Amino acid sequence: MSRIEGVLTALKQQGKKALIPFITAGDPHPDQTVDIMHTLVDAGCDIIELGIPFSDPMADGPVIQLASERALEHGTTLKRVIEMVKTFRESNSTTPVVFMSYLNPIETMGFEAFADAAADAGLDGVLIVDLPPEEAGDVSPLLAARQLDSIFLLAPTTSDERIRAISTHSSGYVYYVSIKGVTGSASINVDEVADKVRHIQELTALPVGVGFGIRDAKTAAAVGQVSDGVIVGSVLVDTIARNQTQPDQLKAALQGLLSPMREALDALPAE
Amino acid sequence: MSTKLTEDMLKAMPDSRGHFGAYGGRFVSETLMGTMLELEQQYLKLKADPDFQAQFDYDLAHYVGRPSPLYFAERLSRETGGAQIWLKREDLNHTGAHKVNNTIGQALLASFLGKKRIIAETGAGQHGVATATVCARLGLECHIYMGADDIKRQTLNVYRMKLLGATVHSVESGSRTLKDAMNEAMRDWVTNVDDTFYIIGTVAGPHPYPMLVRDFQAVIGREARAQSLEQAGKLPDALVACVGGGSNAIGLFHPFLTDESVAMYGVEAGGHGIDTGEHAAPLAAGRPGVLHGNRTYLMSDESGQISATHSVSAGLDYPGVGPEHSWLKDLGRVHYVSVTDDEALAGFRTLTSVEGIMPALESAHAVAYGVKLAAGMDAEQMVVVNVSGRGDKDIHTIAQLDGIEI
Ligand SMILES: Cc1ncc(COP(=O)(O)O)c(C=O)c1O
Repeated sequence: MSRIEGVLTALKQQGKKALIPFITAGDPHPDQTVDIMHTLVDAGCDIIELGIPFSDPMADGPVIQLASERALEHGTTLKRVIEMVKTFRESNSTTPVVFMSYLNPIETMGFEAFADAAADAGLDGVLIVDLPPEEAGDVSPLLAARQLDSIFLLAPTTSDERIRAISTHSSGYVYYVSIKGVTGSASINVDEVADKVRHIQELTALPVGVGFGIRDAKTAAAVGQVSDGVIVGSVLVDTIARNQTQPDQLKAALQGLLSPMREALDALPAE
Repeated sequence: MSTKLTEDMLKAMPDSRGHFGAYGGRFVSETLMGTMLELEQQYLKLKADPDFQAQFDYDLAHYVGRPSPLYFAERLSRETGGAQIWLKREDLNHTGAHKVNNTIGQALLASFLGKKRIIAETGAGQHGVATATVCARLGLECHIYMGADDIKRQTLNVYRMKLLGATVHSVESGSRTLKDAMNEAMRDWVTNVDDTFYIIGTVAGPHPYPMLVRDFQAVIGREARAQSLEQAGKLPDALVACVGGGSNAIGLFHPFLTDESVAMYGVEAGGHGIDTGEHAAPLAAGRPGVLHGNRTYLMSDESGQISATHSVSAGLDYPGVGPEHSWLKDLGRVHYVSVTDDEALAGFRTLTSVEGIMPALESAHAVAYGVKLAAGMDAEQMVVVNVSGRGDKDIHTIAQLDGIEI
C-alpha cells in the first residue's frame, strides 16, 4: 500500500477528510520550502502538493504564475525540489508528498532519471497538469514500478467514459478540478460540485480530492462534505506572497488560514 | 540523410492521436480534452464534406483573392546571378499575409460548431488581424491576446484589430511576446470552453490544430505546384519559407513532400546569431519537449524552463515550432536553416529596392536565404520563395532602425 493510499484509507476509517495544501516549491525562496512543509503538517494537513515552478504555467491564474516567477528567480529547479523532499523526509516519514508539474521540466530531466530520483527522495505521487492518460504511456509505468502514484485530473467537462478510463490509469486519488478555469479564478457552485463528485464516486473506487475555488473554512466544509479531500491552492500561495518579507509571521498566517479549515472538516457529521 | 516520403506515409501523418512520429500529440489539461476530441471528430467529418470544402474554396477565391500569383522576380534573379527566383505572393492576400487562409477555414469550422465567441493569440498581429477580419465578416465576438512588447512594435496592426471590432488584450506576463499570448489564450479557453472557439494561428497547439491549420494552408503549395508546372513547365528545384510556428512553410512544402527532386528550406530566425543564444531557432538549436499542447523541438534550458527568444520579427519570435516540422527535420526531408536579424533586414531592403515588393520582416528571412541559395545554383534552376506577408506593419520598425520618426 502506498503512503497516499495508507493515509487516505486511515482517514476514511476515522470518518475524516483529507486537507491537501498546494504550494509552489521554491516560493518565496527555496530555502523556506521545507520549513513551510512542516508548518503545513503542524496545521493539520494530510498530504502536501508541491508545485514545480514552470516558465509557462498555462493552467494557472496570476497568483500561482507570480509564485512560479519568484521561485524561478531564486534558482528553483526540479532537481532542487527533489532535494527538498529528501530533506523533508529526514524528519517526516508519514506525510505523503505529491508533485504537481507541467510535463516539460520532467521530460527534460528524463522520465527514468526523474522516477529514480523522486522515488529515492521519498516522493509519493506525481500529477502532470498537461499530460492526459492517453499520452502518459512513457511515464506512468516508470512511476508505478517505483511505487509512485500517478494522479490524473477530472474536470467538469469530462465524460463518463473518460472518468472510467482515467480512473483505471490513476492510483492514490483522482483530482477533480471543480471549475472550468485556471487556478485561483471564480468561486465555485457548491451544489454543482457536489452533484458531480457524487457522480464521479459512482464511477470510480478511488478517493476523490477536489481542488480549485476552495478559499476558506466554509468552502472547505461544503466540498469536504461530499469528497474525500479538499485541495487548497491559490489562497495559500497568496498568503505566502503577502508574508514574503516577514518570514517570522508566515507560520502564524498559514496556521490562521488552515486551522479553521481543519476544524471545519473535522466538525463535519459522519456519513 | 533523407528518407523518401510516400503518399501513404504522408496520409498516416498525423496518426489517430495526432502524432507525427515522436512529435505532436495532445498535451492539454483535462478540462480541454472533451473539446479537443469533439473538434477532431467534427473537423474530420467536415473535411470530407463537399459543402464545407466548396464554401472554403469560394471564400478563398472571392474574399481572399486567391490564387495568389507565382511571380518570376526577373531583376532580382539577374542581380543575384544564379537560379531563377520566383515569389509566391501571399502578401497579396486580403489582410496582407497567408494567415487569412487559416482563419477563413477555422471560422467556418467555428460556425459549423455553433461557437459565437472567438479567441486568438498573435505575435506580429497578422493572425490577429486575419482573425478579427473573419469575425467582423461573420459577426462573431473576437478577443485577441498579444504580448505587451509586441503591441509596442506592431502598433499599426493593433489599431487595425480594434477598427475591426476586436478586443485586444495586452499580455504582461513572462516574456510579453507570442508564447505568453498563447498561454493567456489557453487560460481564456479553459475558462470559456463551452462557447469559445480558439483560432490558433500556426501549425502548433494540441491535435488536431497542427493538422487542420496545415490542411487550410496547403492551398499555398497546391497552387504553387500547379503554377510552376504551368508557368515554368517544371517543378521547382527548391522551396524556401520562413518558420515561426511553421504554417506558411508547411503550407508551401506539404504538397511537394513526395516530389523527391524538390529541396526544401525552412528558415528560422537567427536573431543576433545562433551562437549568441539570442535567437528563435528551436530546430537549429533546441531540443524536444512539450509546450502549448504538443511535443516538438523547443528552446528550453537544462531544467526544462522555456528560454527567452529574440527576433527582430515578432511573428518568428517563438520558442517552439509545429510538430510536423520536427518530424520532417528528423527525417531529413526539409533542411532547417537560419538567417540573422541583419540578414533579414538586408533581404527586406533588397526586395523593396530591386522588385518594388516590401515583404514582412518574417518573410524577409525567407527572401534573404532564398537569394543566398539561388546565388549558388545554376541559371536553369528554379527557387520558389514564399513571401508570406507584406511589410507595411514593419515600416515603423525599419524607420526606427533608420533613426526616422514617423
Ligand atoms: C507574414 C508572416 N509570415 C510568417 C509568420 C510566421 O508564422 P508561420 O511560421 O506560422 O507561418 C507570421 C506570423 O505572424 C507572419 O505574420
